[in-house]
This record gives sequence, structure tokens and C-alpha cells, in this order.
Amino acid sequence: MRYLPKSPSERQQMVEACGLSSPDQLFAHLPDEVRLHRALNLAPGISEYEIVQYFRDRAAECASGYASFLGAGVYSHFRPVLVDTVVSRGEFLTSYTPYQAEIAQGTLTTIFEFQTMICQLTGMDVANASMYDGSTAVPEAAMMAVRATKRSGVAVSRTVHPEYRAVLTTYAKNQGMPVAEFGYDGDSGSANLEDLERSITADTAAVIIQSPNFFGVVENVKAAAEIAHRHGALLIFVFAEAVSLGLLEPPVDADIVAGELQSFAISPSFGGPFAGIMATKERFIRQMPGRLVGETKDSRGNRAFCLTLSTREQHIRREKATSNICTNQALIALMATVFLSVYGKEGLRELAMQNLSKAHYLAGKVKPRFSGPFFNEFVADCGAKSPYAVNKALLKKRIVGGFPLGRFYPELADSVLLCATEMTKREHMDTVAQELA
Amino acid sequence: MKVRPHITQNEDLLFEMSSPGKKGYQLPALDVPDVDPLAALGAANVRAEIDGFPEVSEVEVIRHFTRLSTWNYAIDLGLYPLGSCTMKYNPRVNELVARLDGLAWAHPYQPESLSQGAMKIIVQLEDALAEITGMDAVTIEPAAGAHGELTGILLIRALLEKRGNPRKKILIPDSAHGTNPATAAIAGYEVENIRSNEAGGIDLEVLASAMNKDVAGLMVTNPNTLGVFEESIVKAAAIVHAKGGLVFMDGANMNALVGIARPGDFGVDVMHINLHKTFSTPHGGGGPGGGPVAVKKILEPFLPAPRIRRVGKNLKFDYKRPRSIGKVRAFYGNFGVMVRALAYILAHGGEGLRNATVDAVLNANYIRKKLEPYFDLPYKAPNMHEVVFSDDRQAKLGVRTGDIAKRLIDYGFHPYTVSFPLIVHGALMIEPTETESLREIDVFVDSMIAIAKEIETDPQLVLTAPHTTRTSKVDEVTAARKPVVRWRPVAGV
Repeated sequence: MRYLPKSPSERQQMVEACGLSSPDQLFAHLPDEVRLHRALNLAPGISEYEIVQYFRDRAAECASGYASFLGAGVYSHFRPVLVDTVVSRGEFLTSYTPYQAEIAQGTLTTIFEFQTMICQLTGMDVANASMYDGSTAVPEAAMMAVRATKRSGVAVSRTVHPEYRAVLTTYAKNQGMPVAEFGYDGDSGSANLEDLERSITADTAAVIIQSPNFFGVVENVKAAAEIAHRHGALLIFVFAEAVSLGLLEPPVDADIVAGELQSFAISPSFGGPFAGIMATKERFIRQMPGRLVGETKDSRGNRAFCLTLSTREQHIRREKATSNICTNQALIALMATVFLSVYGKEGLRELAMQNLSKAHYLAGKVKPRFSGPFFNEFVADCGAKSPYAVNKALLKKRIVGGFPLGRFYPELADSVLLCATEMTKREHMDTVAQELA
Repeated sequence: MKVRPHITQNEDLLFEMSSPGKKGYQLPALDVPDVDPLAALGAANVRAEIDGFPEVSEVEVIRHFTRLSTWNYAIDLGLYPLGSCTMKYNPRVNELVARLDGLAWAHPYQPESLSQGAMKIIVQLEDALAEITGMDAVTIEPAAGAHGELTGILLIRALLEKRGNPRKKILIPDSAHGTNPATAAIAGYEVENIRSNEAGGIDLEVLASAMNKDVAGLMVTNPNTLGVFEESIVKAAAIVHAKGGLVFMDGANMNALVGIARPGDFGVDVMHINLHKTFSTPHGGGGPGGGPVAVKKILEPFLPAPRIRRVGKNLKFDYKRPRSIGKVRAFYGNFGVMVRALAYILAHGGEGLRNATVDAVLNANYIRKKLEPYFDLPYKAPNMHEVVFSDDRQAKLGVRTGDIAKRLIDYGFHPYTVSFPLIVHGALMIEPTETESLREIDVFVDSMIAIAKEIETDPQLVLTAPHTTRTSKVDEVTAARKPVVRWRPVAGV
């Protein structure tokens, strides 16, 4: 096996040093009843060439060379070449969680920069990249709100990504956390704040809204925060399309921000790995789950960074920890950090403006279902046609159409969620518009 | 000598090297009319310029991150003997195949007809993991080890609920990883810690007296965190099963078992697997990982949706899972991590995987043999893939495991796991993995011996380590007392 760096004689030498005559004796103490007395039923190992060929064949069985109008929580943005150049460096790729600060300043510094940029983008005081993705960041934020307010339930808008809400439900039902859903306005496509007023109670720890929401509509965060705060609840702001932060007003009225970084140069990769962020105001820092990097000095007085406030975490607090999370999505956060460094202050805004322009061009040629302001995604009415029929016709033209909403919203079975990014070409938008006409 | 000092570059933070108007990007010309954001979104929704956001050039970006990278230790630089973490070589072909366009650009909602290759990869990985663990079904949805633990405990809860009572408690040995009790709490269970026996293993009497109708199950790590195989695992499982409980195995130490023994054959009902440990996907500074969960047939109906089914010649997602615990993560988990893990399994094949296990256990035993004369070995049972010493002898001279760890950095190695498991006072937990050469291991062993001798002759040298790193001992106390967790512009500059 080519990944095992020993010659037969070296192996024998080590076996003898252990006082054994054969490697199998290393397992002699295992009870016979637990031993596997046969070979694993797996194909023999193959060469590097065959591995590449195997996965090329699988890749060829997937969409390739198609234009796509899918968003719905996973967005196609160009990935600057530097992103993979940097994350392919073995010093980043093959290191562990930076517990040993003296030999992990590389990772620690990039995480500190990352935390800063997420704070700048969201208007929060503290941020981390310790959540698995957006969907799992949401229940972690909800549990954090429950701890901070000592209340038990949350109210979540139906315009939050349906898969995020599904994950929230899974976590909540075992926590004894009631989850109330409030609806959306059928005209604007934004969260129905009157319905929120009806759903919120003295036991609501947090109100959860997403902006742009699952329909692409920009929510009135200030108004939602006002309602939450008036009832003594926190506001959890969720985002799934991170590029929107380059143009939209930051959610400064929120108490906790839980979001998905995929848009920052992370490949769609059939749904993962992505990275979730959590950000919050300074006063909640000790309620926050996950790894945090802090600035300090080394013994010679030089600036240094280290993991900090770990007394919140599972390896110290065990069952009393803020979360069971052990992960720190450092490599994915590094992709986002490189992406944000490449685009920078002007580039991120220009990128967001291109997304806005493309989506509005497409929206101008079809029938948008909702009137609320939108960023790079919106709901289109398919009229008499079924969204599936439209998509089938588009597939023949090598275009993957939008996301048919009937799967999550039966009342919108005649509608499709269309996304356009900087990578979407005008000619393909014209084709989609023709098909929807 | 493994190391000698070399020059490293100093580097400011991105924010400190920014200059207005500097750019590292160029977007394509827009092929549609420009939209005025104020008109499209309304003034209240459009943000002002982001204060202090980086403005740097492409060459500065590459230098910045390259310079920072040189401040890190990594597997690519040498042995990384963190016990319980299984820091093994990350094959680069796995990185290449995970980036193939058809896989990396696959959208989770694209039509099934255009996703067959990705779905095949998932099914093939699930099947391989089922064979390796001796279990009946596998879900790849959990995103990491602790996430897999949570999924596993939720599955136990769902089965017990269906039987009429989810019960109240989970039993966890005092040697367990901190994630185990934290996970049980998140799954809504009380934790009852059970004391290990004198050999550091499961005490069957303690287990039997703790096991009752209030107990949902046992979370056990096997081999345990001492690196010792729980030889009474079959009896322990029988005790739990007799009272209607289930056995969850933390798969963190699966690198000791692949091809040798299968949890499904020794009484385990549900377990998680760390793709980033046993199956070599890169740790990347802490993530991403992958935490698939393998189960026996009785738990299969409760697995998260969707499952993949073969219908005729095609694979299809099946969301009709009425008894499912629900979703634990959006979409289908960390697919890119699965690609790498399957590439690893394909490279080894069944025999190769077994050989890797043998070498991992051989390396740990060789280190034990070589270091036993110098360090106290509190538990003498035969060890598998890792070995746990204590600092008992060195502590008498005022030097603790954390100090030895820092001195090891001067010798060119990443430290072992410090002060864990908790049942060993002053633990040095060493896991070499199979991907270390005899040369590398000998240099490590010699370094540890040299440090043991230094402690006898010049303990101060060890207590003040590290001496050779570009960053000297870091003040973690101040960092926690006055947390500075983001950069801010200096006022007036």
C-alpha cells in the first residue's frame, strides 16, 4: 500500500523491537468472538490513475456544461484561483485545530482576520466559523437565545430556508423547545409581521428571520427586531446568500447572526462541505458556541493569537457546555477569507451589484410573483405551465431551470425560484424568459 | 537533529496593509443594464461603504497567506502525534478528484438525472462503511464527529420513543471525550458518568448497577481513550440490552479496528465514523469533517431523510421516511469530504485497509516499548493505535505534561494530546498513525528521551519552552480575561 512508508525489513525490525514474531500478535489479546475472521469484502486497492478515472466517470454522470438558475441556498459564484492555491498549502490543509498556539499562528491569524471581516459585514462585535453550515447554525443560535433569555421557545418565519427549519425542528423537539412558525405576506413575499405579533409570547426566546429570505425577498429586519425586542425576545438574523452582505444594510438590529458562507468561494459540491457562521453582540460572547480566536502577546511582547474563552466548550464543560460542537470550519473559513481579500471593499460591492443587475434583468422579462425588493433571486409565476414542464424544456437546451417551490410550499406549486449571479449569461436568461412566457 | 531555525517573514494583518483603491480582482463586463441599487432595493436597504474592509492587490494576497502558512506546523511537515485525532497523511489525489467539475459544481437541487454520479459515490461509500463496521445501514448526513454522535443518540431516542418511553439517561464512562456528555445533553438526556475499573476499562459491576429502565443507552469508545480495546464489550452490551437500552460507539478510534474487528459484531447498535480521522480527509485547521452514522437494522427506519434507493437503472432520493428523526443538516451532508474518503478506501482496498490498521497499532506499540523506560505508563493493558503515558516521574521534578509538550515543539514535532483522558493524571496521549516511517518515529522517540533527560539535568530549559519558535509562549490568560476577538482601526490614524 503506497501510503504506508515502511519497507518489509523495517516492519520486521519494529515487530521484533516490540518483542513479537509477527504483526498479527499485536491483536492476540482480542477475544476471539470480536475478531473478524475473514477479509473485508471490498475490492482490491487501485492505483492513482484508476482513482482519477473512477471519479472522472462519476463526474461525467453529473451535470456539466449546463447553465443553471438554481440558488435556493446554494449559489454559483466564480471562485478566484487564489482560493484553491492558498487552501492547498499543506500547512493549512494538513494542520489540526490550533490548540498549540506557538506553532499554529498561521491558522490563528487567518481566523482572526475572518472574525473581523464577518463582524464588518454583519455589524456584530464577535463572530466565529465553528458551525457546520447555515442549517446547523440556526438551531445553535436558537439554543444560544434560550440560554441567554432563560425562555424556552422560538418563532421562525416560513420564509427561512425550509431545510434550515427542518434541522431546527430536529434539534428543538429533543430540547423541549417549542417552535412557532409565522407566515409570509402573499403580495410582498416577506415575513408577515402581524402574524409574528400573534405568534410571539412571553416565552419566546428569539424571533428568526432570513434576509434575503428563501424567496429572495429582502426583509424588514428593523421592524422584526422591534417586535422581538418589545416582547423581550432576541432577533436571530439568518443569511444564506453571503454576497448580499456586500450591498445590503447590515443586520445591526439583530442580536445573533447565523449564516451560510457558501457564496464566498465555496464550491456547491452537492451540498457540502460549507461553513456556518455565528456572530453576536459583545454582551452575549460567553453564551456563544464554538471556537473563538483572541489577540494577545507572546512572552517576548509580540502580537500573537490563541483560542480563547474555551471554558464555554465541551472539552472543558462536558455536559454543561454551550454546544457539543468540536469543529472549527477553518479551511472553509480560509476560503472565504481569501475570497474577501481578493474582492476587498470595492470588489464585493461591485460583485453584489452585478448580481442585482442580472437578477433584475431576468425579472423584467418574466412575471415575478412577489412585490418585495430582491437581491439575486426571486419567485416567478409559471402561469399555465408547470414548473417541471418548463424545466424539462430548458434541460433540452442545456439549462437547469429554477427551483420549483411546490416541494416546500404547496400553495406556490405554480412558481419557480430563479437565481442569477455574475456567472449567468444574458442569452440564457432570454431563453428562460421565452420558456416561461 | 530534526530541525534548525530558519528565517520566517513578518506579516501585518490584511487591514493594516490596505490602501484605498487597491484591487485584486476584475469582474467581466456586465452584459445587462446596470441597476441602481437605491431604486431596486430602497435606500433603507442599501449599506454604506464597509469601514476598514481590506483593499489589497493579488500579489499581496498570495504573499500574505503564504507567509502566514509558514507559521503553522502540519502533517506535511512531520509526525503529528495528537492522541484521538488520527493525524495521518492526506493523499493529494483525493483533493484532485473532489475538485472535478461535475462533482464540485454539482448543485444539491439539480435534477436526479444529472446527479447519478454523485449519488453513486454516496451509495458506494455507505456500502463500504457498512462492511467495515459490520452494520446494516449508514447515513452520511452528519457533518462532523460530534454531529454524528448527536444523530446516533437521536436515533436511539426515536426507537425508544416508538417503544413507548424515550427514557431519561445516557451512561458515559469517565474516560470519554467531552463531546459525548455534551451530545447527550443536546439530545435531551441526563448524563450519568460511570467510573472505569482499575485497568481503565468498563467496570461491568458498575455498569450493571447503573443500568436500569431509566437508561436509554451507553456511549462507549472502543478502543477506549487509553487506546485499550474493551475486552468485555460483548458482556457490557449484553447488560445494556438486557434492560432494553442501546449501545452507541464513539468511532473516534476506529483506526485501530478496520479490517481487524467490527463493532457490528461485538454488540454495538449504532456508531459514528470520523471521515477526517480514519479515512484521511484533511483536518484543515479544525474542519470540515464528516461524521457518518452506521446502524443495525432496528434503527434503520429512523435515519435522516433522504435515503438513496435504486429504482430500475437509476438512483433516486427517497424522502418518504415517516419514522425518521428528521434532518440533521441541509441537503446530503459534506459530500466533498465523502469523495475524499471513498478515494482513500478505493486506494487501499480491503487488504490495504487492514494493513494500515496493523501498521498504526505497530507504530503505537513500538513507541510504547521505546518510551516505557522513561515515562510512567499508568495502565499496562496491551494498547492498540495509541498509548497514554503520565507525567508522574517528571512532575516530581516540577515538570508537567504541558511543559514537555512545549519542549517537543523545539525538537520539531507537534505535541501529543495533553492532559487527556481525564482518568490519567498528567496524561501524554500519543497516536502516531500508520503513515509514519520508522525514521520519523525514531527521531520522535529520541526527542522524547532527550527531553526526559533534560528534565533531570535542566528542568528550567523545559519549563520555559518553546525556545525556537517565531512566536514564544503565548499569554492565553490575558486573551481570556480581556477578549479581543476582532481587529479595529486605531483611532486618529
